[in-house]
Amino acid sequence: MTAQIESKAASVEFKQVTKIYGSEVTAVDSVSLTVNAGELVTLLGPSGCGKTTTLRMIAGLEMVSSGAIFIGDKDVTLLPATDRDVSMVFQSYALFPHMNVFENVSYGLRVSKLSKQEIADKTNTGLELVGLSGYGNRLPSELSGGQQQRVAVARALVLEPQVLLFDEPLSNLDAKLRRQVREEIRELQTNLGLTVVYVTHDQEEALAVSDRIIVMRNAAIAQSGSPRDLYEQPADSFVADFIGEANIMEANIEAVDASNELATVRLGEMQLQLPSRGIQPGSAKLAVRPNRILLNQTDNGASLPGTVHKCTYVGNHMEYVVSTNHGDWFAISDDVDNVKEVGQSVFVSFRDRGPVLLPD
Amino acid sequence: MSRTVALWVTVGLLGFCVLPWYVLEDGLWSFEWLRDGYPFDLDYAPGLFLLLQGEKLWLAPIPFFLLLPILILNASKRNPLFNWILCIAGGLGLFYLLAQGFSIGIRGWNAEIFTQTFGDLGDRQFGFGYGAMLVGAAFLFFLTTGIAARGVVNGDVFVVGSIGFVIGLVSLFILYPVLNMLSSALQDNDGAYSFSLFLSKFFSDKIWGLHCVTENRSCGVAWNSLILALCVGASTTLLGLVFALVATRSGLRQAHLLRPLTVLPIITPPFVIGLAIILLFGLSGAVTTFVADLLGTNPTRWVYGLPGILIAQMLSFTPIAFLVLIGVVEGVSPSMEEASQTLRASRWQTFKTVSLPLMRPGLANAFLLGFIESMADFGNPLVLGGNYDVLSTEIFFAIVGAQNDQGKAAVLAIVLLIFTLSAFYAQRRWLGKKSYTTQTGKGDSGIPASLPRRILFPSYVLVAIWGSFTLVVYGMIVYGGFVEVWGLNHSLTFKHYITAFDIGFNDNGIHFKGSAWDSFWTTLKIAATAAPLTAAVGLVTAYLLVRQNFTGKHAFEFGTMLSFAIPGTVIGVAYILAFNVPPLELTGTGVILVLSFIFRNMPVGIRAGIASMSQLDKSLDEASLTLGANTWRTFREIILPLMRPAIVAALVFSFVRAMTAISAVIFLVSAEHNMATSYIIGRVENNDYGIAIAYSTVLIVVMLTAVSLTQLLVGKSKTGRRVSSANAQPV
Ligand SMILES: Nc1ncnc2c1ncn2[C@@H]1O[C@H](COP(=O)(O)OP(=O)(O)O)[C@@H](O)[C@H]1O
Ligand SMILES: [Mg+2]
Repeated sequence: MTAQIESKAASVEFKQVTKIYGSEVTAVDSVSLTVNAGELVTLLGPSGCGKTTTLRMIAGLEMVSSGAIFIGDKDVTLLPATDRDVSMVFQSYALFPHMNVFENVSYGLRVSKLSKQEIADKTNTGLELVGLSGYGNRLPSELSGGQQQRVAVARALVLEPQVLLFDEPLSNLDAKLRRQVREEIRELQTNLGLTVVYVTHDQEEALAVSDRIIVMRNAAIAQSGSPRDLYEQPADSFVADFIGEANIMEANIEAVDASNELATVRLGEMQLQLPSRGIQPGSAKLAVRPNRILLNQTDNGASLPGTVHKCTYVGNHMEYVVSTNHGDWFAISDDVDNVKEVGQSVFVSFRDRGPVLLPD
Repeated sequence: MSRTVALWVTVGLLGFCVLPWYVLEDGLWSFEWLRDGYPFDLDYAPGLFLLLQGEKLWLAPIPFFLLLPILILNASKRNPLFNWILCIAGGLGLFYLLAQGFSIGIRGWNAEIFTQTFGDLGDRQFGFGYGAMLVGAAFLFFLTTGIAARGVVNGDVFVVGSIGFVIGLVSLFILYPVLNMLSSALQDNDGAYSFSLFLSKFFSDKIWGLHCVTENRSCGVAWNSLILALCVGASTTLLGLVFALVATRSGLRQAHLLRPLTVLPIITPPFVIGLAIILLFGLSGAVTTFVADLLGTNPTRWVYGLPGILIAQMLSFTPIAFLVLIGVVEGVSPSMEEASQTLRASRWQTFKTVSLPLMRPGLANAFLLGFIESMADFGNPLVLGGNYDVLSTEIFFAIVGAQNDQGKAAVLAIVLLIFTLSAFYAQRRWLGKKSYTTQTGKGDSGIPASLPRRILFPSYVLVAIWGSFTLVVYGMIVYGGFVEVWGLNHSLTFKHYITAFDIGFNDNGIHFKGSAWDSFWTTLKIAATAAPLTAAVGLVTAYLLVRQNFTGKHAFEFGTMLSFAIPGTVIGVAYILAFNVPPLELTGTGVILVLSFIFRNMPVGIRAGIASMSQLDKSLDEASLTLGANTWRTFREIILPLMRPAIVAALVFSFVRAMTAISAVIFLVSAEHNMATSYIIGRVENNDYGIAIAYSTVLIVVMLTAVSLTQLLVGKSKTGRRVSSANAQPV
């Protein structure tokens, strides 16, 4: 086998891109973003926030209403899908039912008028990459869902696109397969150094595969950053809540120190010193991940007294709801051996690097 | 270099420099001209040779427009000059081509005003031929390529070109003839426009008179048509509903036998039912004589007129209503009925309050279809009408009869058109959106409610009566072909078949001696030519409607579906008025028949295409596009192969419809191009029922064979779906 699938990875840049459907629906509102070459970026957000539209604008399947799109250094804003060097793996896979696996994978190569030999070599390399050599003669209908998905990936890969797009690629697979396939996709991407834009509404999937996540809300970008940044430093309560669960409580910033870094925060009986993140004294919000909450038997000076209201055993950890004067807290504890009973009084406190201040 | 532009420049130059510019007298397929003085003979010369000989100098600007795009052959598509030059060359070229064609005819200037302004031309020209057609096509595609380059529909040359092509065809072969007919209705016999004359013709007593209410005379033809159409619409809807309910909700095992009924109206020439009715109930009909003998009375002609037409049309069109309503009944979600039943409604209450209201749009749809079909039907009123004149037959007699009053025919055609267009408009307006939504993939695990008794039993009775009646009618058709002289001498004979289809042998081999062979072969040839063209135009249009978005799409859709609402007789009249004179001189040719079939049956192709394309996941096209294929390639390699069943269906359907059509055909046939149906009608008018019926039987058998063969072929086609082993067993 001589053919190699190489990467011609290029960056993607949106400049103030807006997409309006008809005259009413603004699906994407003045979005600017950059995806670097060789990077896997995920568009994450609730259903209807404009992820698919963004992806389809990269592919050229939708044309922008205003703004500009660059792939590499080239302005592709007006180019239709046919003329862009972008491949896409569709949610439904969109395998051509009247062509066998080989014909499906080689379709793009045939369209680009490569020689017979080249087409065969590249197609076989592509099938090998996704672990389907020997399946060339099957019809898509004769493959399992996971295999169909891989054919779709191979078909997009063999064209060595500048950008590879995935629209919720795992949504038609069963839960067990999802983890495996997403790892395969990530591995291919890193090995070949591809630029990938990946759409999902599943935050866990996004955290697992991405170099960088762009969280979208109502047609605009809510926050973008590495998975760890987003999880640990959410910009607002929407992001905090959407990525992993969070207890979001009203709090009051009493003072911010001279260097503008540490804030003194009051939450009921509790006083905390937290990174101020540029937020000025006054009312604010506090986000605390459930697994960052400690439930103690004794007061350690910085805790809220409360009672256990609900207690659920879910196998590898315990879930509690604790009522305090300052709201109900949802907490997770790994300690499944020392269970706190409903009605028992406990003291709520936080681990280091637990709570994060958010603007009100 | 822009390959599209180069291609069309070449085509245009070919048309202008090589092919004969004017229409050839011997028809498109004769190549006599090649040996007969081409390229210098003025009748056969290409445009270039005409100009070089100093003839027809008004053609001189045309090569200029043709060559203009060569300037930008190497320019980039982004270059604004590119699209401007193409638009100008195409738009002005097309305009000039048509303008000169319409201004200068066989008697020189076509309008008095030109003669006054420019003086007598002293020359004349015939209709467009090959050359002019190619040049016209080149101009059209210059224009669409230019428009595409301006960024319309993402700058897609194929899509814009297809849109332009379909618009061009529809304008030329539907809008132009119809508008032309309107304008001729406004003219008096000397060609002067007179609106008051039009009004007096339009509101004439003969059309709108109400004498039947007060005296014992017949009403105006408009009322006759309207009453008939309302009755037929209502009764076919009712019958269709009953059949659909029995077929889907009765739980009767034999119910699937009803489905083949839907094929009947497709393969039966429309007047054949009328013939059978005559054999049964006519003056010497089997039933009439039997009853007369029994009661000792004289046989009457009661069936000629409203009763006869009504029966014949009910028989003909009920299957259409059935076809519409079976989809509607199946579309009523069983879980809604189950919900109603769990809320303690009885079966009858459920039917009345849930199922029936849900079917209401479908019922209205079926009614309007029946209404339009009845209005447009020509064959049955012609053979059974008696003194009950309806619009479609009245139009015919205005043209072919002793009257030969084209103005009157045009006025009547307008009245008819107003009726059918209103019904069509109502249908689109109320139901257009709903008619395409089909139940899709979502599993509905409910079981359809079975019918309440008080509906079920009357339904069975109706179905049984109708079924046996249909059997008798078709039996009569077969039997009637073997009877010596119906009503007088009922001995069996092959005489009619021999007269019509005799085959002999002579020195040249087989010799088709029978009198019907000529029209039979012509019919096959013309139907076979029209079918692929109809399917192609229909499918391309369906593709544009389902898969592409462009401004004016609604108007585009309305325009393309419009011909469905234009009765055949109207098309017939409009065509002979429009295509009798240059620039489009088509009367008497086979081409005009082919064209009339294409545009009459186009909506069928469109519907078949829309139905099957809506089931193709749009992401298949998109996948192909992102893989670097352009729209044309995607259409060819992805959409067409996946639509094969729909294509075959459209092919057969348009073939069969072309073989059974009569209403437009009867105006357009000529001695050279006689069609089976008009031949049969001719026999009927000579009271030669034997041959007419024998011929009809042969047609039905031929078409039945065609339809069955296709179903066999399509049924076996590889759909690429997984066949589970359980389904693989024949049930
Ligand atoms: N073709 C379309 N026409 C009109 N509105 C659309 C179309 N496609 C998407 N939308 C609307 O645009 C918004 C964003 O859609 P989409 O990008 O599909 O969201 P997501 O993929 O994030 O769920 C939604 O409100 C949706 O209803
Ligand atoms: Mg989506």
